[in-house]
Amino acid sequence: MSNPVENREVAVRLSGIKKMYKLGQIGGGTLQKDLQSWWARVRGKEDPNSIIGSEERLSGETFLALRGIDLTVYKGEALGIIGGNGAGKSTLLKLLCRVTAPTEGEIDIYGRISSMLEVGTGFHAEMTGRENVYMNGAILGMTKAEIDAKMEQIIEFSEVREFIDTPVKRYSSGMYVKLAFAVAAHLDSEILIMDEVLAVGDMAFQQKCLNRMRDAATKEGRTVLYVSHNMNTIRQLCDRCVVLDKGRIIFEGDVEEGIEHYMGTKMISESCVELTTMKRERDFALHPITMNKIWTNEGQRVIMPVGETLRLSLSFTGDRPFDDVYLRIIIKSADGTPITMCTTESGFSVDTCEKVMEMELDTTRLAPGKYTLSPVIYQVGELGNHVNLDVLRDVFSFEVTAKPGFNNNMVWLSRFWGHHYTAPLRFKLL
Amino acid sequence: MNQETNKLQPSSAQPTQYHTHISAKKRLFQLNLGEVWRYRDLIVLFTRRSFVLTYKQTVLGPAWIFLTPIITSLIYTFVFGGIAGISTDGVPTLLFYLTSNAVWNFFSSCVTQNAATFTANANVFGKVYFPRLTIPISNMLASVIQFFVQMILVAILLGYYSITGAVSPNWWGLLLIPVILLQLGVLGLGVGIIISSLTTKYRDLAILVTFGVQLWMYATPIVYPLSQLSDGLMRTILTVNPVTAPVELFRWALLGEGTILPLALILSAVLTVVVALVGVMIFNRVEKTFMDTV
Repeated sequence: MSNPVENREVAVRLSGIKKMYKLGQIGGGTLQKDLQSWWARVRGKEDPNSIIGSEERLSGETFLALRGIDLTVYKGEALGIIGGNGAGKSTLLKLLCRVTAPTEGEIDIYGRISSMLEVGTGFHAEMTGRENVYMNGAILGMTKAEIDAKMEQIIEFSEVREFIDTPVKRYSSGMYVKLAFAVAAHLDSEILIMDEVLAVGDMAFQQKCLNRMRDAATKEGRTVLYVSHNMNTIRQLCDRCVVLDKGRIIFEGDVEEGIEHYMGTKMISESCVELTTMKRERDFALHPITMNKIWTNEGQRVIMPVGETLRLSLSFTGDRPFDDVYLRIIIKSADGTPITMCTTESGFSVDTCEKVMEMELDTTRLAPGKYTLSPVIYQVGELGNHVNLDVLRDVFSFEVTAKPGFNNNMVWLSRFWGHHYTAPLRFKLL
Repeated sequence: MNQETNKLQPSSAQPTQYHTHISAKKRLFQLNLGEVWRYRDLIVLFTRRSFVLTYKQTVLGPAWIFLTPIITSLIYTFVFGGIAGISTDGVPTLLFYLTSNAVWNFFSSCVTQNAATFTANANVFGKVYFPRLTIPISNMLASVIQFFVQMILVAILLGYYSITGAVSPNWWGLLLIPVILLQLGVLGLGVGIIISSLTTKYRDLAILVTFGVQLWMYATPIVYPLSQLSDGLMRTILTVNPVTAPVELFRWALLGEGTILPLALILSAVLTVVVALVGVMIFNRVEKTFMDTV
């Protein structure tokens, strides 16, 4: 990424790539059409069954998985490709790996490509680990001499040395994947294509693989194309990203921006959210108190470094005056998991005219990630039960980002560590 | 249907740089043999794998390579030679059937194994690119090896019978064997890849293939010599059948008995070239996009 754009070497260039799939059953009734199309082509006429050239995504019996992709990938960069299911990510990778061919458009690839669409391709259960390394390596385009030269490194990386001469059918799934990834990671190819392969293996191995890929891009000047739904690994590995949606590129550029784009702009709300007209849930449709607005003065979108306190303002109005009401704020992670809750310790009063409350939400212990806030105004009944006066779900969202030095510069893996971090471990060496 | 070129281009950054161009344009004949050559180690591994895997977890192991043709030939000797009493033109029956069996096995395994190229390897083909032609080639190599192993048996019997004087091979004709093998191999490969290419779309062919190959064997002078047929429809069918002439030539060279039909040989050669060209053409079309239809 250090070089300026103009004098970077191109690794992959796609221009006007379209990929069409036929819908429904293929074969059977299509022989006649096939012959008809073929005959038309032979005579140099237009294929009567072709609808190539149309920009429609879904037209009759065909489906355009990619609708004109133009993309240039430069040498030595790690490009992340994100998008929802059906956005065309896998189709794109399949075209690059030459598993299938585009319906329209041209692809130029400068360098050898090795794909890890699925690790362990060509592994055969009956053959030993070593035999499979040869087989897999050869399928991925290595010669026997190259594999021989790298065998030691591969075995070392795979961590399955003692089982290398055992048939892989006796391997645990983790060992299998480790060995397969080790082969793929030691290819000499200039371009690496990966599709979610890091979703497997234990955490340490995942980290090792990511580092290995990172090195491939930065130190060895190789080009990495990576597809994943795991935004953390995208963040960690890639320095540019492309967001696909319905077969088109909708965003190209910075990783964080891309991820935000993909997660939908709503994921991080504007600094001021209008609540008055927001639809309440059915159970709380009748709300004697109305929360009007929640806002913060911390910029356009609320993105803050880890360890900071979130300062918020909330305005509310009551249908009639209330005394002794409380406010509770539930913090959930972006995937909907409740993290924690905080509430006012003393009651406050609500009036028929709008009141504004300034508050400090202790977010200092939240790990990097995206969070939503659900404010609830309630009263405590005589028997200790609570009566909800206004309930809003996930109306305000913000993001906590890591800062240099946090977690010793490692990415926070909430999958393993949760969303809450405790104060640094205090220790004394004896 | 798609055109891909691989060429080595000099570059300042690296001594050599690979450039692959993929476009949606069509080209009928393009084999990319250079690329296949780069993957030669893969061909060796595939060939080796097909042997290793066939005999894994078997008690007799590779001995089966010998046992299968012996058993088949014994059955033929019993059924066709013994019960049906078909003449073998004076050649000892076991040797006759062993020889015929070896050459037919070679051809038929070229057809049947390649007929499944795309469907059987769909999961590998769907994940990674390597020249698809490596699979048919390694299948053919495996068939060649199997053929030569069977020929060891033939050679032993042949040695015995030529000493006793029961057969008199045309020693110079033996030089033709590689040519015959090449022709049958290319023909089998052609037929096989045509079937496999079409099977990706029309699965009916996969069912027909076992049946068809069996039928083809009886339409070829394998369990009987061509000389046993008088002029008629059957003989015409056999003469048109491109496998007949090479098989007869093969037996003529090896056993000294066989009908050589120059016209049938020419026809067979022409058909082989046509089948091979059509095969390559269809294979080229299908290999690029078969993953979408298989």
